[in-house]
Amino acid sequence: MEQTMSANGFVNLQETTIARKTKQVNRSNNHIKGEKIFKGLLNFAGLLLILVVCGILITLVWQSLPALRSLGLRFFWTDTWNPVTNVFGALPFLLGTLITSFLALIISIPFSIAVAILLGEYFPKGGFSNFMRSTIDLIAAVPSVIFGFWGFFVLVPLVRIFEIKIGVSPNGLGLFSSALVLAIMIIPYAASLGTTMIKMVPSALKEGAYALGATRWEVLRSVILPYSKSGLFAGILLSLGRAIGETMAVTMVIGNSNDLPKSIFSTGNTMASVIANEFGAATDHVYISALVEMGLFLFLVTFVINWIGKAVIKRFSKNG
Amino acid sequence: MKKNIFKFGSLAAFALAFSIGLTSCGGGNGSANGSDSASSSNEAITGAGSSFDNPLFSKMFAVYHDSAKVEVNYQSVGSGAGISQLTGKTVDFGASDAPMNGKQDTAAGATVLHIPVTAGAVVVAYNLPEVKDTLKFTPEVLANIFLGKITKWNDPAIAAANPGVKLPATAILVAHRSDGSGTTAIFTSFLDKVSPEWHTKVGTSSSVNWPAGVGGKGNEGVAGVVKQTPGGIGYTELAYAIQNNIAYGKVQNKAGNFIVPTIESVTAAANINIPADGKIWISNTDAADGYPISGFSWVLLYQEQGYGNRSQEQAAQLVNLINWMIHNGQQYGAALHYAPLSAAAVSVGEALLKSATYKGQPILK
Repeated sequence: MEQTMSANGFVNLQETTIARKTKQVNRSNNHIKGEKIFKGLLNFAGLLLILVVCGILITLVWQSLPALRSLGLRFFWTDTWNPVTNVFGALPFLLGTLITSFLALIISIPFSIAVAILLGEYFPKGGFSNFMRSTIDLIAAVPSVIFGFWGFFVLVPLVRIFEIKIGVSPNGLGLFSSALVLAIMIIPYAASLGTTMIKMVPSALKEGAYALGATRWEVLRSVILPYSKSGLFAGILLSLGRAIGETMAVTMVIGNSNDLPKSIFSTGNTMASVIANEFGAATDHVYISALVEMGLFLFLVTFVINWIGKAVIKRFSKNG
Repeated sequence: MKKNIFKFGSLAAFALAFSIGLTSCGGGNGSANGSDSASSSNEAITGAGSSFDNPLFSKMFAVYHDSAKVEVNYQSVGSGAGISQLTGKTVDFGASDAPMNGKQDTAAGATVLHIPVTAGAVVVAYNLPEVKDTLKFTPEVLANIFLGKITKWNDPAIAAANPGVKLPATAILVAHRSDGSGTTAIFTSFLDKVSPEWHTKVGTSSSVNWPAGVGGKGNEGVAGVVKQTPGGIGYTELAYAIQNNIAYGKVQNKAGNFIVPTIESVTAAANINIPADGKIWISNTDAADGYPISGFSWVLLYQEQGYGNRSQEQAAQLVNLINWMIHNGQQYGAALHYAPLSAAAVSVGEALLKSATYKGQPILK
């Protein structure tokens, strides 16, 4: 009796082991299949993205062929934009785009780095930090047309008063106003990435520095900033990209004149805002094609700036 | 750990599959809608074009839907886009603030009828808080201001047109549209006709190379610059200026009279000899009581309606709609500050509509 019991028990045990093993085999089969599907999906998503970017590039090149054929390479360095006679030169808009975005960047950098240090190092947690962070996120979430409105009705009159004081032509509208609006719009991008980067500085490094008798300023300057500089720079690059492509807010405050800008207080125009303004009413095929060519040009400018930025980040991180 | 990856994998796969399903579903819905409207296009007429016409058309089509039980879908995408959609035969009719040019005619491939449907005006708005009288502008003064040659409000040329008005020495800031627009087309067509210098230097189009001033986006952008800047001058649609209480000036017409832009003076401007094809810029009108910076807006349709797989019923519905718009539909214009068509414009439109055919047979009897 006892023997049979034990034999039965043994058999049962064996059966369960076998069952468990087959289950394991099945499961790992499923497991492998699942991983394969997952990997396939990842590849598909990645490939799709590359295809879309290439597709956009090909479309832009293809559609700008008529303008290239009729205007040649003059498009890139002449400064006349005349839809009536179909003569198109993009130089004023290239300058407008570069001046507004880099000016905005210069204005925004002190603020975004200060915010990043404040939230990353001085107040990493707590009510104040949460409040401040959500405020900054809110700036990033505000639609750009609202910045345009605000710039047009509030900032432009203030800039006009300022321009009268310093004795330049009091347009109010212009490159300077656009740069100010852009600067506010792009602060969140550099600030939030910078905050994350500063928080990632290992506390062992900081504590080591404090243990050697460094003050907070010294720790900040010689440990935290050098350690996180590539991240800070990446954030700044991200905000530059945002500034270059911004359309709506800029077009409402830049004054939209097609002349070469004479100073930062003169009116101008950017590539993105010309496309947005004129695409709807462009009927002639050379005109449309010239606008597409401007899009291609903007695409290339963005690409070059990103590429330079990446190279700089690479050098920074090697040294750091 | 591995189990987690598996779970995550299946989750991600599910999410992806779900979203793909969703998008394809959306696509399916879209195409279903598309075929829906195609099959029921016996009822729905589609049109696209001028955004200037949109408020008027919305009112007209709502009324027409109630009375004739025919639905009209109008996309306010801009005149140029309206013309290309008509040429692409994706809509039944287009609407434009400028007649089609030679290249567009070639692209259309067949005769496109231009039926005048309403008239609009462009006013010269200015901001001079010190001046209480309505300023008068001669065509030369306007051209020179927008050419950037007159730069102060107390310029002798402005003073000569406004005897008795004390003009300040404020600098003039010119504001123009930055976006391509029929408003710009009407305004520049006027300057082009009255000033040889404007004609050679700038020309006329829905967007031009402005010799002076700053650009604002839309009527509201131009009006905003003018309102904010003492000494500002710009041009906006009449309806926009009336609705927003913007001060605007009188403009001298060809007969030498200074005319206040009103719905009546715009209708009067269009009461002239209109060519049989309806394509005419009525700016700088010959009419003695007409406001000179006026322009037609046209409904565009193919003269031969039997193209593609259009049915005779569709063609008849379209022609009846447009016929209603130029007759009974006109009464809805004034309340929205659109000038009703002049008698001359209605009779030309009528004759054009009668020339529309379906497979060679006239549609409107």
